[in-house]
Amino acid sequence: MKLPDLTELALRNLRESLLRNSLTTVGISVGVASLVAMLSLGIGLQQMASRRLVKSGLFDTIIVSSRREMRGMGREEERNGPIPGQSRILDEAARLEIEQMPTVSEAYPDIRFATELRFEDKPHLTTVSALPQSAKGNDSFDGMQGLFFSSDTAPEAILQKSFAEELLGKTPPLGAPEPNVADLAKPLLGKELTMRYAQRAASSPAQATQGNDSGSNASGDFAGVSYSVVSREQKLKIMGVSDLDPESMRGPTRAKVFLPLKLAENLHVMQPTDLRELSRDNDQPVYSSISVRVKNPAQIQVVEDAIKKMGFTTFSIADASRGLRQFFGVLYAFLGIFGSLALMVASIGIVNTLVMAILERRREIGIMKAIGASDADVKKLFFAEAGAMGILGGMLGVVLGWAIGQLINFGTNIYLKRQSLPPEHFWAVPWWLVGFGIGFAFVVSLVSGLYPAGRAARLDPVQALRYE
Amino acid sequence: MMTIAPIVSASTTLAIRSEDVCRHYRMGDTIIRAVDGVSLDVPAGEFVALLGSSGSGKSSMLNLIAGLDTPTTGRVIVQNRDLAKLSREELAKYRLCVVGMVFQSFNLIASMTLIENVELPLRFAEVDRGQRASIAREALEQVGLKARLNHRPSELSGGEQQRAALARALINRPKLLLADEPTGNLDSHTGTEIMNMLRGFNQQLGMTVVMVTHERALAERYAQRMVFLADGKVVDDRPNSLALEAQP
Repeated sequence: MKLPDLTELALRNLRESLLRNSLTTVGISVGVASLVAMLSLGIGLQQMASRRLVKSGLFDTIIVSSRREMRGMGREEERNGPIPGQSRILDEAARLEIEQMPTVSEAYPDIRFATELRFEDKPHLTTVSALPQSAKGNDSFDGMQGLFFSSDTAPEAILQKSFAEELLGKTPPLGAPEPNVADLAKPLLGKELTMRYAQRAASSPAQATQGNDSGSNASGDFAGVSYSVVSREQKLKIMGVSDLDPESMRGPTRAKVFLPLKLAENLHVMQPTDLRELSRDNDQPVYSSISVRVKNPAQIQVVEDAIKKMGFTTFSIADASRGLRQFFGVLYAFLGIFGSLALMVASIGIVNTLVMAILERRREIGIMKAIGASDADVKKLFFAEAGAMGILGGMLGVVLGWAIGQLINFGTNIYLKRQSLPPEHFWAVPWWLVGFGIGFAFVVSLVSGLYPAGRAARLDPVQALRYE
Repeated sequence: MMTIAPIVSASTTLAIRSEDVCRHYRMGDTIIRAVDGVSLDVPAGEFVALLGSSGSGKSSMLNLIAGLDTPTTGRVIVQNRDLAKLSREELAKYRLCVVGMVFQSFNLIASMTLIENVELPLRFAEVDRGQRASIAREALEQVGLKARLNHRPSELSGGEQQRAALARALINRPKLLLADEPTGNLDSHTGTEIMNMLRGFNQQLGMTVVMVTHERALAERYAQRMVFLADGKVVDDRPNSLALEAQP
C-alpha cells in the first residue's frame, strides 16, 4: 500500500475511536512536554551560564605573553621549542598580526603597573591597569556606581570597591559586613586623584639629562643605548566605583584602579619589558603580555593554537569551560531520562490502545486479508496509526512544553522582580529540540506499535472473519 | 497495479484442481475432519455449487480454494500453482489478483463509505487515487448503486450491501469468484437479484464461480454443476441439467 493511502487509512481509523485515541495522544503529548520542559530548562540554564561567563570576559579571553617572560621558570613551554631568550618578541607588530586573525575581536596590551595615587593629599600605593572601551559590557561592571570612561583617552579612573574603602578609610575589619558600594561612591564620584608614575622618555642621552615638570630624573646607558625615566603626575577624575572585581582571575596581581587604554598607552609608563628590550633597534612598543578576545568562546582553542604557532605562550580558562560543558552534558542526560519517563508511560498507553484496536477490528483485519491485504499491509497500517499518534502527540507536547516553560519563566521573573533582581531567560526551546521532541515521540510510538502491529499481521483470516 | 496472471494456462482449461485435500483441526484431544480427502476438478468458466448441510465442510473447502486456509494434506492447484507452496505474501497477492470473494454477511467495513469499501482492494494493489475512484464508481454503477457511493453500509439494505460486496469482489477483475452463502441473509426477491448478477458475470465475463449454499433449489436454478459434501467428503458430484437447459 502506498504511503498516502496508508496515512489516510490510519487517520481515518484514529478518527473512528476519537476519544480513546485522543486520550492516548494526550498521554504522549504530556510525555513529550515533560521531556521538552526538562531539556529546555537544561539548555536555558547552560545558555544563561554561558552568557554570564562570556560577559565576564573570562571565557573569551586569551592572555598572550612572550616566551622571553618565562626564562628560568622551567615550565613545559620553556623546555620545549626555541630558547626563550631567542624567541619572538611580543611587540606592536605581533599584536596587530593577532588582532587581524578572523576570529579575534580585539587584542590589546596589558598595561599594568604599581604606582602611587594621592587622594586628598594622602598617598595610596596600588596596582593600576588599563581597560579598553569593550570592557564596558563586562558583567564585573554590573552594579557599578557612576559611569564607564567617557572615551578611550579621557583622564578618568574607575575604582574597585576595596580601593574606594581604602581611600575613605572605611576598610572593614575581617568578618565585618562590607559597606554598600553606593555609600562608598557618593563622596568619591567626580573627585580628583593624582597619579604619580615613572615615564620612559625618549632614549637620546641628551634628552635624558634635561629636566621636566616633576623635576625628578634618572638615566642610564645599556650597551650604548641610553634611556630616561621621568617622574610624572596625571590628574584623574573618579568616574565610577565597581562593586565586583573585574580582575578576579589575576589573583594577587589584580588591579584596584582602572584607566582608559589609550590614555594609559600615551602615558608611556615604565614597564619591566622596557629595560629588557632596550637594545632593540626597532622603536615599536614591546609588551609583557596582551589580552586577546575571541568572537566566540567556542573558537578559543583554535586561536590559542594559532598564537602558539607564532611562538608565544598563551593562557585561557578554556579547560574550565570544557568542564562546564561536561557538567551540562551530564545534566542533560539526567533531565532527559527523567523527562522520558513520562513518555515511556505514554508508550504503554499506545500499546494498550492498539491492542484494543486489534480486538475491536479483528473482523475488519480478516476482511482486509480476504480481499488481498498482505501481512505487511496490515502491519504498516498499525504502524502508521502508532506513528500518527506519535507525531500528533509530539507536536502537541512540544507546544505544551514550550507553554509550561514560558509560564514558569514568567512566574520566576515576577519573583525575581520582587526580590529586586534583574529578569533572566533561563528557558530555551531551540529548533533542534522541537525536532527532537517530535522525532523521539514518533520513534517511541513506532517501537510501541511493534508488538500490536505484528500481532495484527499474524491474525488468521479465517478466524478473524468468524469473529463477531 | 499488479498484473493478474491468467488463471488458465494455454495447456489446460482447468481453473481449480484439488487432490485428496484434507483439512483437520485439533480441538483438545479431538480431531475435527472439516475436509476429508476431497478431489475436485473445476474447468474454467464453470458455475459450481458446493452443497451440504451445516458442518459438511463446504465453507472450509471454499476457504482452501480462496487461499485463506491451507490444507493439512493434499493439494489445491489454481492456475497451475499449488497454493500450499505459496508464501503468506504470495497468497495475499493471489487473493488480491485472482480471487473475488462474496460472503453471507457481506463483510463491508462499517466505517467506510461504499466507494471506499469497493476501492479498498485497489489500494492494496497500489492503483493511483484518480484511477481507483473511477474504477470503483464504474463497478458500483454496474451493480446499480450509483446513487449510494457515499453512504455507509449501515445506511443500506441487505441487498444493496451484497451488491456492493459483489462490486468489491469484481473490482480487480478476478478469474475466480467465490461466494459463501451469498443469499443467506437476503429475502428471496433480493437473493434472486444477486444470483442473476452472479450468473451474468459467469456467462458474460467467463468467470469461474464456486458458490457455497445449503439451498438446493438455488443451486439447481443457477449452478451448472452441483457437488454434495457430507462430513468433509464429496458424496455426489453431478451436472445440473436444469441450469444447463435454462442457459440462454
